[in-house]
Amino acid sequence: MAVSVETLDTPRVIHPGYPRVDRIFHGSARTVAIVVLVVFGAIGLFLGLKSIATFHRYGTHFFSQADWNPELNKIGISATLLGTVEVAIVALIVAFPLALATALFISEYAPARIKATLVALVDLMAAVPSVIYGAWGFFLLMPSAKYVSRWLHQNLGFIPIFRVDTDPHAAIWAQSRYTGSMFIAGIVVSMMVLPIACAVMRGVFAQAPPGEREAAFALGATKWGMIRSVVLPFGRGGIIGGTMLGLGRALGETVAVATVLFTAFEVKFRILETGGNTISKLIAERFGDATTVQLAALLAAGFVLFLMTLMVNTLAAILISRSRSGAATEI
Amino acid sequence: MSSVVLPPAEISVSPPAGAQLNGDHPRRINARSTDDVLSVVGSILGSLAFVWMVYFQILPFSGLVGFAICWYVTFLLTYAVVTSRAHPRPIVVSRVMAATLTGAAVLVGLALGTVVVYTVIRGVKALAHSNFFTHDMAGTRPQDPLTKGGIKHAIVGSVIQLSIAVAVSLPLGLTTAVFMTEVGGWFAKVVRTVVEAMTAIPDLLAGLFVYVVLIVALGAEKNGLAAAIAISITMIPIIARSAEVALRVVPGGLREAGLALGASHWSTVRRVVLPTARPGLATSLILAMARGIGETAPLLIVSGASTFFNLNPLKQPMNSLPLFIYSAIRDPNPTMIERGFGAAVVLLGIVLFFFAVTRFLARQRVGRQ
Repeated sequence: MAVSVETLDTPRVIHPGYPRVDRIFHGSARTVAIVVLVVFGAIGLFLGLKSIATFHRYGTHFFSQADWNPELNKIGISATLLGTVEVAIVALIVAFPLALATALFISEYAPARIKATLVALVDLMAAVPSVIYGAWGFFLLMPSAKYVSRWLHQNLGFIPIFRVDTDPHAAIWAQSRYTGSMFIAGIVVSMMVLPIACAVMRGVFAQAPPGEREAAFALGATKWGMIRSVVLPFGRGGIIGGTMLGLGRALGETVAVATVLFTAFEVKFRILETGGNTISKLIAERFGDATTVQLAALLAAGFVLFLMTLMVNTLAAILISRSRSGAATEI
Repeated sequence: MSSVVLPPAEISVSPPAGAQLNGDHPRRINARSTDDVLSVVGSILGSLAFVWMVYFQILPFSGLVGFAICWYVTFLLTYAVVTSRAHPRPIVVSRVMAATLTGAAVLVGLALGTVVVYTVIRGVKALAHSNFFTHDMAGTRPQDPLTKGGIKHAIVGSVIQLSIAVAVSLPLGLTTAVFMTEVGGWFAKVVRTVVEAMTAIPDLLAGLFVYVVLIVALGAEKNGLAAAIAISITMIPIIARSAEVALRVVPGGLREAGLALGASHWSTVRRVVLPTARPGLATSLILAMARGIGETAPLLIVSGASTFFNLNPLKQPMNSLPLFIYSAIRDPNPTMIERGFGAAVVLLGIVLFFFAVTRFLARQRVGRQ
């Protein structure tokens, strides 16, 4: 303060150029980011390159053939692709309402004291290894879920997807026809989809502007009225995005599905009936004893899975980021 | 929530004639009146008694799951009817929705609870034998009693693989996060998009990639290092994403203060940003470790399931906990399944331990001032 301001009033140069240590810092950080990017890009690239030969050799048959029988030179993923989508859809149908309800419960209804614990529990649910969900599904869920399957078959059997090739009303019913089905696999996968979707939804709900919440209450809305008119519209992008992210997870789930679902190569829509297959299950189970040709075909199947999940996830990321930047009117 | 004096109506509903508008109370949003509590408790008890009577005594049903579903549905109906005796429709809807959402959340909690409890119940039998932790499965046949063999090789394999994976993925993931938040620019956006897309890419594909590059192209055998690299590929995006979130909540004022004092960008990041975000960064690492140790799918492809003890990640297959569980529970021998559940309890215990640590770290929220 001793120096007169008048005499020394030279403005500080805003862009003096970075010192060397910073140039090194920025350069190395950028290099690491490029390395990470290259590794991830290489995953897609390698799978793509390795599957060209398969696509050449089998052409469109690769997508229309249901059998996976390398000895007979019959290799196709139509059944597995359909199974992948069916399991994922069942998982979403089970997980979506539960995830939405849990997210709303945590963000709106849970007492503030236990909120952090509940959030951690949802994270924990996402971190429970899928092999443990698989064991749970196989040993605990499957014996009881087959009764649900049978009940659905008995009462909704006229809908084609709920049909099973057995008599639903037989006194001694064919229990094994209802086990290891895509329905049960879907329920197990939903346990892994749920925490992912729930975490995204809760994050978006928590960002609903407090001003609008209070405005709704001030206008006399009940709690549900407030949620319906403020929280849900605000969180729409997050709800859709979180669900899509869950779908990406459901499409790629491997170990739990491989444990619960019994293998069958068949294009089928009867989700309650035993047997089915998904791409990831196919890869996991056929990898060990694969010949070179079969290996290439498995990599091609992996590439298809990669493209599917990448598409779904990118869409999800766009939707989630839109909802965050979203039309929040802060009062 | 409905201890309101004002008519708690939707906008279209006009206030009824007898509404007491004279008292100017502030509205208490989260308060519970006696009426709220009693109608919930009464509905729960009433529906329980009614459904128990009908379900078990009159109709020839027995299943507990069916009973729970019937009870819950009857409870919702009773609750709606009880509320509608004294309150207008919006309050009925609000209460029923609150009960429905709470019920769904409880169901999710129960499902998670059964996973943990069932695993522990099935697993204690194997854990009771101390040789389970000190022996490996070499020379033990699947049908041998639980007093023979153990999972030492799988535990050690998991620890080695996770350590390598952390050593690889922590610097890469953290630096990527620093790049995304601190350096920025258009390229950071590209990186963020790719990392976000990669978080949910099936972990199986990481295994395929490592298999193609390391084992087919470079001609290595299946080993622990390949497994560790596959695990770190799945851990990098998790660390990068959650560390980015932790770095982003560091107040911009701190950075500006550091820069304004003449510090270089690097020393600002090193001495201000990273220490402030330390609890968050530790949380992100441990979260990724919890995910990494349970990773099974890529290991199926790149790491053979050995039965013997192997400390060298460069040579010979190396088993790990998830892989051991996966093969054990698919074994037809009941004792092998018991072993699988025993290993599952150990794995679950490790994951839970990691989570306890994150909770502990999260409590010390704000860094040192």
